[in-house]
Parts: sequence; structure tokens; C-alpha cells
Amino acid sequence: MQYVWDFRPVWLNFGVLLEGLVNTLKLSGFSIGLGLAIGLVLAMGRLAPSRIVSIPATAIIEFYRNTPPLVHFFWYFYGLPILTGISLTPFAAAAAALSVQSGAFFAEVFRGGIISVDRGQWEAGRAIGMSHVQLMRRIILPQAFRRMIPPLMERSFELVKTTSLAATLTYGELVYKAMVLATQTYRPMEIYSTVAVMFFTVLFVASLGMRAVEHRLARRAAR
Amino acid sequence: MVDVTSASVPPVLAPPVLAVEGLHKSFGSNEVLKGIDLKVAAGERIAILGSSGSGKSTLLRCINFMETPSAGRIALDGTSIGVEGRGGAITARSGELRRLRTRVGMIFQQFNLFPHMTVLENVMEGPVTVKGMNRKEARATAQDYLKRVGLSDKAEQYPQRLSGGQQQRVAIARALAMEPEILLFDEPTSSLDPELVGEVLDVILGLSKEGRTMLLVTHELGFAYHFATRVLFLHEGRIHEQGTPDEVLKNPREERTQAFLRRFSAFHF
Ligand SMILES: Nc1ncnc2c1ncn2[C@@H]1O[C@H](COP(=O)(O)OP(=O)(O)O)[C@@H](O)[C@H]1O
Ligand SMILES: [Mg+2]
Repeated sequence: MQYVWDFRPVWLNFGVLLEGLVNTLKLSGFSIGLGLAIGLVLAMGRLAPSRIVSIPATAIIEFYRNTPPLVHFFWYFYGLPILTGISLTPFAAAAAALSVQSGAFFAEVFRGGIISVDRGQWEAGRAIGMSHVQLMRRIILPQAFRRMIPPLMERSFELVKTTSLAATLTYGELVYKAMVLATQTYRPMEIYSTVAVMFFTVLFVASLGMRAVEHRLARRAAR
Repeated sequence: MVDVTSASVPPVLAPPVLAVEGLHKSFGSNEVLKGIDLKVAAGERIAILGSSGSGKSTLLRCINFMETPSAGRIALDGTSIGVEGRGGAITARSGELRRLRTRVGMIFQQFNLFPHMTVLENVMEGPVTVKGMNRKEARATAQDYLKRVGLSDKAEQYPQRLSGGQQQRVAIARALAMEPEILLFDEPTSSLDPELVGEVLDVILGLSKEGRTMLLVTHELGFAYHFATRVLFLHEGRIHEQGTPDEVLKNPREERTQAFLRRFSAFHF
């Protein structure tokens, strides 16, 4: 059987796909930003000397890491209004689900970076009388940060791909737009292939950019 | 254990700068310190000897509460740190511990300089972040202390660029910048190449001329002899013998001390 590719419907509707891409990037950017903040708080919580803080933080992290993201999307979108009467827009529900879930993963990246800092650094900070917060802010985080960049990048790219689940909440990101177009034009192959290329282009360019940043940091560290 | 004759220890008039009483420390079921009593007068320089695992580091680390004592009392200038909690362990508020650590400086075997800061920033860090000193003043004092350890010209370098001996001298400057009343040295030259040991020991000897109170764990017996006003020999978590350098290093009374010293056949005073 010979499939005849026809990309005309794609070009004719490319504006719609671009709009979808912009929405994908909006949702990603917002969720990465919020996710990093949540992740930092969760990581600090998990590493806190007090158990009253560390146990709940650990519980949240483990729960979100070990449940499927689609469930979180449905939860925030369908569950929250039923339980609390608060109803979220598709964007807000998707952003909430994505940022908390990736916050849990980011937290583990932060924690990994933090505990990878040599024990002697903690000791030296404590020995000059630093508090836990001063030690983190002045000594540990600045050293951990460089090591955390590659895994944070990895996680962020993962998040960009996971935004496609927001389609199930009818949020108009790239995959949702593609689904709509596909049913209108009967050209799913061409449309989804184009979507794949768009995702690839964005993420690949971003990873090249990040690699350049990493390279610069490595050079600075070696001075 | 040996009764220390009154001649061995300088008479204590004022309350001792540091008093350790009945100090016990266990890690799980492993009892590392089994009752240490030690009074340190201002200006005393105490060398602590003992074989590996005898509890030397643990003793120093209990003094500034890097390890929490399992039982006993630590007092600075007559004031106890923390309060005795259940089961004898001392509980202290974190604020009290931070103040304690600004008064008791510590120098580590591995230097532990902050690699993301220049040498000058390393020395400024404590005064600025912990004591809230303004940066200008902190910079000036840091430069003074770097001069004292002979490293003015390295102020803007990063620690990785320095030799081990230079790094340890920066670590000493970093501790001094907090203006502590007591300095604790845990084998400050043990991770140095032999040719770099001397420069660090010279700096420490210089500090002893200033009348600083210091406790130093070392395996450099020749240095201990010249440095110390008192030598302690630790064995299995107890002070097994103590006295002047002449008493302990030249005429040890205890068999264990003699055996320990025999292992360092080639040392000269
Ligand atoms: N943080 C710790 N946890 C468990 N055991 C420890 C810890 N620190 C020291 N020890 C144990 O305490 C004993 C004495 O150690 P240490 O004080 O370092 O001896 P030294 O400095 O005289 O070589 C050793 O057996 C060591 O394994
Ligand atoms: Mg030791």
C-alpha cells in the first residue's frame, strides 16, 4: 500500500499549530518556573533537621513521583471543584498539576546536588557558626547548583513533553490543536509528524543552548 | 590512669577557659569517649596524642558540639553549654551552638576551604555572614589575617590554585578572623606532603607566641614537644597519661604511652 503524503492542510493551518506551540511554551515556562520554586522548598524541607518538616516534604515528593501525571491533571481539573468548590481553568489546572509534579522531581535533583557537596563543606560552615539557612545559601547551594544544571534541564525537557497531557483538559496547546486539525482535515499523519518536528526543533535548540551555558560554567569553574 | 601531680598542670586561678567534665560519647553501641575530664586555662597549649581510633577527633568535635556529647558537661568560662536532657545527653539550642562555635575555632585535616570563593572571601565569610560585619571592615581584617599567615599575595586566588600548605594557612586565617577564644586543630598537617608541613607548623607556633589557647591533635611529636604546655595521651577513650612535654614525651610512665612513642622511632626534639 502506498500512502500519499499531503502537507497542504498543514501549511494552510500552520498559524493554528504555531498558536498551539506558543501555548505549549507558555504552559511549560510557567510550570518550570513554579516547579523549580516548589522543588527548592520541598528539597529544603526534606533536608531540614526537623522531622516535622522533613516527613511531610518526603511524603509529598514520593507521592507525586510515584503516581501518573495524567491522574494529577484530572485531579486538579475535575477533582478540585468537587472537593473544594474551586474550579480551575484548563491552563491553571494543567499548570498546577505540572508544577507540583515536576516540583517533586526537581526536589530530588536539588537534594541530590545538595548531598553531593563534600561533607567537609558542611563541617567548615558549621564550625564558623553558620545557621542551617546561611550554610545552604552561602556554601552548599552555590556549589550544588552547577552539578544540578544537567539533570534540571533533562527534567524540564520532560516537562515540556508532558504538557501534551493538557490536551485532555482541552487546553489549546500544540497537541490539542493538532487533534482538532486532524479531525477537520483527515490528515493526522502529516499533522502529528509536523508536531513531532516542532517539539524536536524547540527542545533540540534549547539543549544546544544549555550545553553552551554548561560549557561556560565548566570553564569558569576551572579557573 | 595516672594521677596528675600538681606540678604538671599550671595552677588554675580564674575559672578555666574550657572545662570538660565526665564527657562520654557513643556512636550507637560503640562507646568512643569513656569519661574525659579536662580543664584548660587561658593560654594553655595542649597537644593530644593517641593511636588512630582512640577518640581524639571525637573529643575535639564534642568541644564545639560538632558531635553532641552523650553525657557530661562542657563549659566555657565557667558557663555550661546546653542543659542535660533525658539519658544524660546535652541538648542545646542551635543559637547557643552557633555562638559557641564563634568562640571556638576549628581547623580540619582536609582544610575544607570554600572552593567557590577566593581566598579573601573565604576569610571574610564568617565575619560577614555570621557576625554581620560590614564588608569593608571584614575585608580589612581578612587582609590582616592573611598577612599573618603570610599569604597576602594570594588573596584573589581560588583555593584550588594553592598548595596544601597554603590552603591550610588560609583555613587558619579563616578561623582566626572569627576571633575565637580557643582554637582546635585536628591533625592540621596529616594530609600534607612532608615538605609543606613546616610552613603550617610555623604559623601555629607563631600563634602560640600570642598566648592563644589551643588544643591540637597531631602525630608530629617533635612539634608537639616545642608547641605544647601540656601533652595528653588518649587511649581507648580515656586520658591515659598527661603532663608536661618532658614528662609525657621523654619519660612516659605508662606502658601504653611508651609503646605508642616507640612506634615513632625517628623523632627528635
Ligand atoms: N560520626 C561517627 N559515627 C560513627 N562512629 C564514629 C563517628 N565518628 C567517629 N566514630 C568512631 O569513633 C572512634 C574514634 O574515632 P575518632 O575520634 O575519629 O578517632 P581518632 O581521631 O583518635 O583517630 C572510631 O572507632 C570511629 O569509627
Ligand atoms: Mg582523627
